[in-house]
Amino acid sequence: MLDSKIPDGPLADKWDNYKEHVKLVNPGNRKKLDVIVVGTGLAGASCAASLAELGYNVKSFCFQDSPRRAHSVAAQGGVNAAKNYKNDGDSVFRMFSDTIKGGDFRSREANVYRLAECSANLIDQAVAQGVPFAREYGGYLNNRSFGGVQVSRTFYARGQTGQQLLLGAYQALMRQVGSGKVKAYTRHEMLELVVIDGKAKGIITRDLVTGEIERHAANAVVLGTGGYGKVYYLSTLAMGCNSSAIWRAHKKGAYMSGVSWIQFHPTCLPQSGEHQSKLTLMSESLRNDGRIWVPLKPHDDRKAIDIPEAERDYYLERRYPTFGNLAPRDIASRAAKERIDAGCGVGVMKNAVFLDFSKAIKEQGQEKIKEKYSNLFKIYDKINAVNAYEEPMLISPAAHFTMGGLWVDYELMTTIPGLFALGEANFADHGANRLGANSLLQASVDGYFIAPYSIPNYLAGELKAEKITTDHPAFAEAEKTVREQLRNFLTINGRLSADHFHKKLGQLLYNGCGLARSKESLTKTIAEITALRTQFYQDLKITGDEKVNSELEKAGRVADYFDLGLLMCDDALSREESCGAHFREEYQTPDGEALRNDKDYCYVSAWEWKGELEPHELHKEPLVFENVSLTVRSYK
Amino acid sequence: MKIYLKIWRQDSLATAGEMVVYQLDEVSSDMSFLEMLDLLNESLIQKSERVIEFDHDCREGICGQCGVMINGRAHGPLAHTTTCQLHMRSFKDGDTIHIEPFRAAAFPVVRDLKINRHSLDKIIQSGGFISASSGEAPEANGLLISHPVAEAAFDAGSCIGCGACVATCKNSSADLFTSAKITQFALLPQGNIERTERVLAMVDQMDAEGFGHCTNTEACEVECPQEISVLHIARMNYEYSKALLLKRN
Ligand SMILES: Cc1cc2nc3c(=O)[nH]c(=O)nc-3n(C[C@H](O)[C@H](O)[C@H](O)COP(=O)(O)OP(=O)(O)OC[C@H]3O[C@@H](n4cnc5c(N)ncnc54)[C@H](O)[C@@H]3O)c2cc1C
Ligand code: FES
Repeated sequence: MLDSKIPDGPLADKWDNYKEHVKLVNPGNRKKLDVIVVGTGLAGASCAASLAELGYNVKSFCFQDSPRRAHSVAAQGGVNAAKNYKNDGDSVFRMFSDTIKGGDFRSREANVYRLAECSANLIDQAVAQGVPFAREYGGYLNNRSFGGVQVSRTFYARGQTGQQLLLGAYQALMRQVGSGKVKAYTRHEMLELVVIDGKAKGIITRDLVTGEIERHAANAVVLGTGGYGKVYYLSTLAMGCNSSAIWRAHKKGAYMSGVSWIQFHPTCLPQSGEHQSKLTLMSESLRNDGRIWVPLKPHDDRKAIDIPEAERDYYLERRYPTFGNLAPRDIASRAAKERIDAGCGVGVMKNAVFLDFSKAIKEQGQEKIKEKYSNLFKIYDKINAVNAYEEPMLISPAAHFTMGGLWVDYELMTTIPGLFALGEANFADHGANRLGANSLLQASVDGYFIAPYSIPNYLAGELKAEKITTDHPAFAEAEKTVREQLRNFLTINGRLSADHFHKKLGQLLYNGCGLARSKESLTKTIAEITALRTQFYQDLKITGDEKVNSELEKAGRVADYFDLGLLMCDDALSREESCGAHFREEYQTPDGEALRNDKDYCYVSAWEWKGELEPHELHKEPLVFENVSLTVRSYK
Repeated sequence: MKIYLKIWRQDSLATAGEMVVYQLDEVSSDMSFLEMLDLLNESLIQKSERVIEFDHDCREGICGQCGVMINGRAHGPLAHTTTCQLHMRSFKDGDTIHIEPFRAAAFPVVRDLKINRHSLDKIIQSGGFISASSGEAPEANGLLISHPVAEAAFDAGSCIGCGACVATCKNSSADLFTSAKITQFALLPQGNIERTERVLAMVDQMDAEGFGHCTNTEACEVECPQEISVLHIARMNYEYSKALLLKRN
């Protein structure tokens, strides 16, 4: 039975009730307790620093060469908080209801309320750390509005909100490393979770420089290992982003939820050829002034400036008159795909739409637009050698954010006691679709404000538990699994690189389990992935040795992506409705909008691993809405 | 286009390295520089050779993980551009490109083009933070910071920690990196309290890590992807002298 452990009491009191009743650990005892935190993004770094500040011994891990390089750095747009500084009617409740609605009613009320409740504290914390949020001339903090909501609650730091927030968390972490409370392991990849008597007790890592396989024991393990959008190969994620940490935990008993709910961001730079390795995101804020359109007629090869106004289709403004170009991401991305599939796409690969600033420049002047977006226009020019003040940008949807992840309860604990999942690695607050600027917030709130209560609540029970060392046979066994897998990759000696398989897998998933899916596409994709997976284990070629070897790193990640990809398809197949990012072609209204089915699917799917290529077992956590009513999400 | 490459190969710090010649016949000008290296690695795998190890992650110029010397310049021919944002359209058919790791005593080679920049983390550990533990913070708008001050602090704080400033400096100095953090916090009221200890500790750590001294060649500013100004170095020197005086009194 899944127990979400939601505290009693009215929605607004739950978090206070929880905090008032958690078990505490005596300050003198804290140094006897060890915590492993995998990941140094906003979730991991904030959690590791906060636990060390409390006095616990922390080991922190990341695969990059410095903790500061976690992919949280890439977030441009901003971070939400219900401060109501703009006096425009914002409140904790409004932020809560916007988020629940944005997630298409597929998240837990209590978690989402807590996210909104803690949001204001995050801004305070970041400012205290020196995070340079945008300010007005009077010295007060500035805000802007972001897709899908009607208030201005987004705080931002130029186009570098993620980078600046992460530097705040990284510096807090470095302070603890300097004081000896945290030991930092960089260029280390977690490859196994060690479970003893049903509890998470450690991990196995590979030192990516020496190749050494290491054992680390602890009283609790925290995964803040980010999202897995890179499963599609082409995405806005970093090259090293992976699902391996959570997937290997999944294979040890942690359930996965919302697995196929992946947000495609509408404003990314389109793929320009086979060589392409990633898709760069252009901040969503561009949609505040840019208008999105495609030629009215399919296969129109004229240049944008040669297409007269009457022959342009501003399809978002046409379909969603109220929100227009600011329609939420899932809707904007799907609408783009719909036009591209109809043959109206533009650009060399006919896979893009225009984002046009000419009207805004005419109305506000080029200087004003420059002031707001100069860095983005500069990036665009750098990548494409095109001046977007003069001709429209080309944009296209790209895999971006994973709502899915490890199932966690209210305490952010997975189904394995002692294993916690934070940030993008968990499935919690965003339901079937995340609202822009809510995920930096979620990762930070998880690490700064929730884990420092819920992890000690667990650790309190660990004081009397028997101290586990890495000599325990469970460590030896986990280590053996890791060594065997690595040796296997190095000895298959086939013909094709890990990237080759990754690109193929990504393409299959994009076509069959991407922006839209159907029973037919999913069934076909499962068969195709299964075949490709078989070929992977027969025809993979990894050169080099067991020390520094980026190909060996990739092989492990791609192997996990295969199994994850299969579960994504199963997850999408089992949900016969459309909600948020999950758009099943069979379930739509006559005018192409998502058709949710609350009668049969108002639950969270939680999947249990049953063994290699065995079908997963589905568990259901029913969702109960007491404070908002289930409405049809409409942005018309 | 056809591209000739001369790339630094080195198994580990303990072994000697050398430049090795490669050739790619079909490079598209739309490719990024790192995608060109992907292509080369793909061909090495086909030949059963070990791939060229190089650092990268975000591939959008923000994580600071990439960085190599290209024809003798940190991050290549374009000013203020990371290696990952460089595209092959900056080169011509038939060009020979020399690729080497960022070189500095404080950045030991890991393998091929990969280096260890742990020394930069150590500088931050020594004082590159404002001590504000989780939960302690006061209301954010209780502290007003004027727009110009906030913007100036941001200019300094935008460093991505790639190390190009060190690599390009003939003295392998980390002054631009360190001074940027010192300035960011010296400008902000939140950073004021720890100002004296911070500058002393960070400058000492910089020396301890084996970075050289700044002789004002200003080469770093040219390569910095974030266009961080060398004026911060002057500010750091001022902060340092002031801190020393204060400490003596
Ligand atoms: C381009 C882009 C723009 C975005 N813009 C916004 C925005 O404007 N607003 C917003 O709110 N959100 C935005 N997001 C989403 C947001 O940035 C992320 O959801 C959030 O930063 C995730 O933080 P995290 O700490 O969970 O993970 P990450 O920051 O991704 O950190 C993951 C960490 O885990 C480590 N790791 C992973 N696997 C392993 C392993 N196997 N072993 C060891 N270590 C491992 C990595 O080294 C890294 O340290 C954006 C995302 C992207 C990609
Ligand atoms: S790869 Fe991140 S800055 Fe170049």
